[in-house]
Amino acid sequence: MASEFRVTLRSPDLSVGVATAMKAVFLRDVKTAFRQPQDLLNPLLFFVMVVTLFPLGVSPEVSFLQQAGSGILWVAALLSVLLSLDHLYRHDFDDGTLEQLVLQPQPLFLLVLAKSLAHWVLTGLPLVLLTPVLGVMVHLEGNSVAVLCLTLLIGTPVLSLIGSIGAALTLGLRSAGVLLSLLIIPLYIPVLIFGTGTVMAASEGAPVAGQLALMGAFLVLALTLAPFASAAALRISLSNS
Amino acid sequence: MWQIFHKLGSPKWFFGIASTLMPWLLWAGVAMLAVGIGWGLAFAPQDYLQGNSYRIIFIHVPSAFLAQSVYIMMAVAGLVTLVWRMKLADVFVKSVAPVGAVLTFLALFTGAVWGKPTWGTWWIWDARLTSMLILLFLYFGVIALGAAISDEKSSARAVAVLVLVGVVNIPIIKYSVEWWNTLHQPATFKLTEKPSMPPEMWVPLLLSVLGLYLIFGWLACLRMQTEILAREGRTRWVKELVQAQGN
Amino acid sequence: MAFDSFGAFMVMGGHGPYVWACYFVFFLLMGATTLWSLRQRRFVIAQQRRRMDAAPVRDSTPAGASFTRIDPSRD
Repeated sequence: MASEFRVTLRSPDLSVGVATAMKAVFLRDVKTAFRQPQDLLNPLLFFVMVVTLFPLGVSPEVSFLQQAGSGILWVAALLSVLLSLDHLYRHDFDDGTLEQLVLQPQPLFLLVLAKSLAHWVLTGLPLVLLTPVLGVMVHLEGNSVAVLCLTLLIGTPVLSLIGSIGAALTLGLRSAGVLLSLLIIPLYIPVLIFGTGTVMAASEGAPVAGQLALMGAFLVLALTLAPFASAAALRISLSNS
Repeated sequence: MWQIFHKLGSPKWFFGIASTLMPWLLWAGVAMLAVGIGWGLAFAPQDYLQGNSYRIIFIHVPSAFLAQSVYIMMAVAGLVTLVWRMKLADVFVKSVAPVGAVLTFLALFTGAVWGKPTWGTWWIWDARLTSMLILLFLYFGVIALGAAISDEKSSARAVAVLVLVGVVNIPIIKYSVEWWNTLHQPATFKLTEKPSMPPEMWVPLLLSVLGLYLIFGWLACLRMQTEILAREGRTRWVKELVQAQGN
Repeated sequence: MAFDSFGAFMVMGGHGPYVWACYFVFFLLMGATTLWSLRQRRFVIAQQRRRMDAAPVRDSTPAGASFTRIDPSRD
């Protein structure tokens, strides 16, 4: 029975178009994620808790929080995306869906792109939506909060895309979580620098269009290159297991 | 041309070439490094701004230079691993990554110690030091991933992908760190950038850079030979070699 | 010679500790890396010899009932 299934999947006529396949992968990821809402909620809770630590651990003074607020929120968002990356391929890897995905006639990097986008919609986007609330809690001004949301909106998809490479590379390894952070954090640094730098410039009243455009360039670069690396890494990890 | 390429990929052929090259690399490297450092330490004139502390340059710059180019070399080897599946390229990456990490650490350490008399503190979040620190993290990632995957082929290709992703990121990291640095502390004076350096300073510097390159070449050959011996233990030529070496 | 005496050379105008610490650590770590690499090589050679000594017979026996590991193709 399994072989029959494979035959239909491998039939070379691309009766299922690329766009349809991407949409199917995307919707499937979103739907299955909502069946386990706790997994969706955990990164958000983590985000809120990390932000809470800073006023408690460093100082609740308005002047400090205003200065450090954007950095705190960015670091917390980065860490919670990092935390959620382990789930990106794990379930599909365990139940064999990933192998079927690799065998599809559609190019793998596009399916990986769909998966990364689904990951962003499930983790990055909720973080952005939560940011105004936390921004008020760390005493950021209205303008800074808006720019912060904008940088997170552009920056978190980059985090998901780069993260998918790391998740694919560490798939099926022991202690994958720590290794994943070790591989990915250095690659996140440019996004973090520009994310917080833009907000700081905005709070000083400087124009930020240039920095935002540059972050957009990061996003375009990640969109075009990361799926290829991620797809290659997936094939390697699957041949390993 | 292709024949040379295939030969290059053969561990046995490489092993022979490396054995003949190694003494030359080692002794030329040691001699050049010794001349460069001796000249730099004792004979080069004092710097008018930084006094004698600038003499750290004769090891700081070679380490930093080599640390960066080793990563680039690893990326080239990674590309070769992915495209041509050449075993030797992966042997190179695996053998050289720890050496690259040591060199990066040395560049960081000497930079920090140099910072003490120059800036008054051990560590400054200077653009160069910070990007060196990130480079060290990248090296750690490569070493950790290589160690975590037990299957030789998968490990080779996974590490190659990681190194390539890293090398795409290095210019972005450098650029963003430099931008970040101007944002936070404008116009600190840089350790190594000089408007003009007299030849009594840059000639010994050049010598020590070249010397360290050659010594690195020797170390790379040595470590690659070890890796080949460990991997190709089942082939006849390694068995014969091991028998001959041990007696 | 940039220095008048050996003492001046060691002191380096007050910067001696920094300069010499750097050079010390540089040679220490490079030396350690070299020694480690040489030891590793010796270790690998010894290991291969031990393996050859342990199983010299099996290499020469004709393959009667040998089991070959097959990697099933995944597609």
